[in-house]
Amino acid sequence: MMKGFIVKEFLHIFRDRRTMLILFGMPIVQVLLFGFAITNEINNAQIAILDHSKDNVTTAITAKMLASGYFQLNKQLESSDQIASVFQNGEVKEVIVFEPDFAQKISKNHTAKVQIITDASDPNSANLLASYTSAILMDYVGEFSSIRPLPVNLSTQTSMLYNPELKGVFMFVPGTITILLMLISAMMTSISIAREKEMGTMEVLLVSHLKPLQIIIGKVIPYILLSFVNALVILFLAATVFHMPMNGSMILLLSESMLFIIMALSMGIFISTISNTQQTAMLLSMFVLMLPTILLSGFIFPIENMPVPLQLLSNIMPSKWFIIIVKSIMLKGLGIAYFWKETIILAGMMSAFVFLSAKKFKIRLA
Amino acid sequence: MITKQRPPVIQVQNLVKRFGNFIANDNLNFDVAQGEIFGFLGANGAGKTTAIKILCGLMTPTSGQISVAGFDVYRQTDQIKKQIGYMSQKFSMYEDLTVKENFQFYGGIYGLSNIVIRERTAEMLDKLQMSGIKNKTLNEIPLGWKQKLAFSVAMIHRPLIVFLDEPTGGVDPITRRQFWEMIYEAANNGITVFVTTHYMDEAEYCERVSIMVDGRIEALDTPKNLREQQGVSSMNEVFIKLARKQNLNNG
Repeated sequence: MMKGFIVKEFLHIFRDRRTMLILFGMPIVQVLLFGFAITNEINNAQIAILDHSKDNVTTAITAKMLASGYFQLNKQLESSDQIASVFQNGEVKEVIVFEPDFAQKISKNHTAKVQIITDASDPNSANLLASYTSAILMDYVGEFSSIRPLPVNLSTQTSMLYNPELKGVFMFVPGTITILLMLISAMMTSISIAREKEMGTMEVLLVSHLKPLQIIIGKVIPYILLSFVNALVILFLAATVFHMPMNGSMILLLSESMLFIIMALSMGIFISTISNTQQTAMLLSMFVLMLPTILLSGFIFPIENMPVPLQLLSNIMPSKWFIIIVKSIMLKGLGIAYFWKETIILAGMMSAFVFLSAKKFKIRLA
Repeated sequence: MITKQRPPVIQVQNLVKRFGNFIANDNLNFDVAQGEIFGFLGANGAGKTTAIKILCGLMTPTSGQISVAGFDVYRQTDQIKKQIGYMSQKFSMYEDLTVKENFQFYGGIYGLSNIVIRERTAEMLDKLQMSGIKNKTLNEIPLGWKQKLAFSVAMIHRPLIVFLDEPTGGVDPITRRQFWEMIYEAANNGITVFVTTHYMDEAEYCERVSIMVDGRIEALDTPKNLREQQGVSSMNEVFIKLARKQNLNNG
C-alpha cells in the first residue's frame, strides 16, 4: 500500500520540471553563488594608515598587513583631519592609526595603542576587516613575544580561530546546506500536500482506508531521500570546488542532518495543514521559514551583531542550532560531546513539530 | 415498495451537524436500499456535501444514529471506508500521472494486488473503449473522459456503495448520458449509488430523490410521486417550488 504511494510521489516529482529544477538545480546554483559571489571574504580591501611614530615596529606591522593580501594601502595619512575625508570619499574601508612613539612605548611600558577605524555603513565587512586587522596584530605580537615576553593589550576574535585562512566560503557552506534542506524539506512537502487538497485528491485519499499517518509517511519519504541526496551533493561541491575541510565524522554529520530534515518536514506538514492552496503554502514557507532562516540564523548576519531582542528570537530558529552543529563538525572536527546541547534543542524542536503536525493533520479529518 | 424488497445499506436517523451556531444538517432521516440510485439534491450550501462527508467517515456528526454498510459512523469509519467508493466534486485523479498509473495507485491504496489491479484496469478500460490511451497522462484527456475514468477508479475495489458528489459538473450532454449508463450498470450489479447533482434532468434518472433546503430534507420520494405531489410536470419545477416555499417562509 505504502509502496504505491511512494512511487506515485516520485512520479509527481520527476514529471514536474519546476520541482526537478528546484530540487537539483538550486542546490548547485546556490552553493556556487554563495561560494563565489556573495562571500564575506575580503581581498585587497582599500585601507589608509596614519602612522604617528613611523618607527621600525609600525613599519614592520604595516608591511605584514599589506603582505597578507587582504589589504591594499590606498594612502598614507599625515594628520587625523584627513580621516573623515577619506571615508567620505569612499576611498578606503579602514584606517589604522598608530600612536606616537610606538616602538618606545612597547619596549618601556610593554604596551602601545593601535586604533582601528572602519566604515560601518557596511557592518559586516567592517566587522570582518576589524577582525582581520586585529588577528594580524595579534600574530605580530605573538612573534614579538617569542623573542621576549610582552603583555598583550589587544584582543582578537576567537571566531577566526578555526578558519585560519579566513575563507568566507567555509562559513557559507553550513548555512547553504541548512537553507536548502529547509527549503526542500519544508517548502516542497507543504506544497505537495497543499496540491492534493487543491486538486481534490486529498479527499479521495482520506476516504480510502489509508491512515492519516500513512499518508504523511508516504508523502515524506521521497523528500527525505531527496534532501539527503542534496546534502551529499552540496558536501561534494564544497569539498571539490571550494576545498572545504571535513574534519569531523561524516556519519555524525549525516545523522544530525537527518534530525534537521525530519524537523523541517514536520514543519512543512504543519504548514500544509493550515493552508488550502499551493500558493498559500509557498508564501507561508517563504515568510515563516525561509526569511527568518536566512536573516536570523547567523547564516549571513552574525548573531552577536544583532540587537538583543533579535538575538533572543534567533534562539527559536532551528537553523541557528543546526549551523552551529555543522560548523563544529566540518570546521572544528568536534564530536557530539561538544554540541550535545544543540542536538538536544534540535531534537526537542523536532519532536514538538512532529507531534503538532500529526495532531493537526488528524484534527482536519474529524 | 422498493426499499421493502432490498435491505437498507445506509440508515440515517436524526442526523444533526452543527458548526458553531450554524446548522448544516438539521435532523435528517432517510434509508437507502442496496442497489438503489439515490439522488441527493439541493441548492449550493444546502448541506449536501456535509451529509456526504459524514456518510463517508470524513466528518463526525453532532448527533444522530447513522450506519453505512452496517457500520457505525462514529466508531467504525475504517470498516466503512473499505466498503465505499468516492468521487468528489472536484476532479479527483492525478493530472500528471498516466491513466494506468492512476488505476495502479488507487488500486494500491485500497490494498488490491498487482494482478487484480491489472485485470480490472484492462477490463474497465476495455469497457470504456479507452485502452488506447492508458499511457497518456490525464492532462492530455478531455474532461468528459476523465470523469468516466474517475468513476471507474472509484469502483476499482468493487465497493458496496459509491458516493458521487456532482460527478457531471461541466460535462457535455452526450457524456452525461453515457455517465448515467455507467451508473445504471453499477446499480444493476447491486452497487448502491448515492449521487448529488445540480441537473434536474438527471434527478429524473434516480430511483428516489431527496431535496434538501437549508439543511433539512424537504421532500423524499420517487421523481414521479414528487411531481404528482407538487402538481407539476418536471423535477425542475418541483425543485423551484420547494425552494421558493422555503424562501417565503424565511421572508
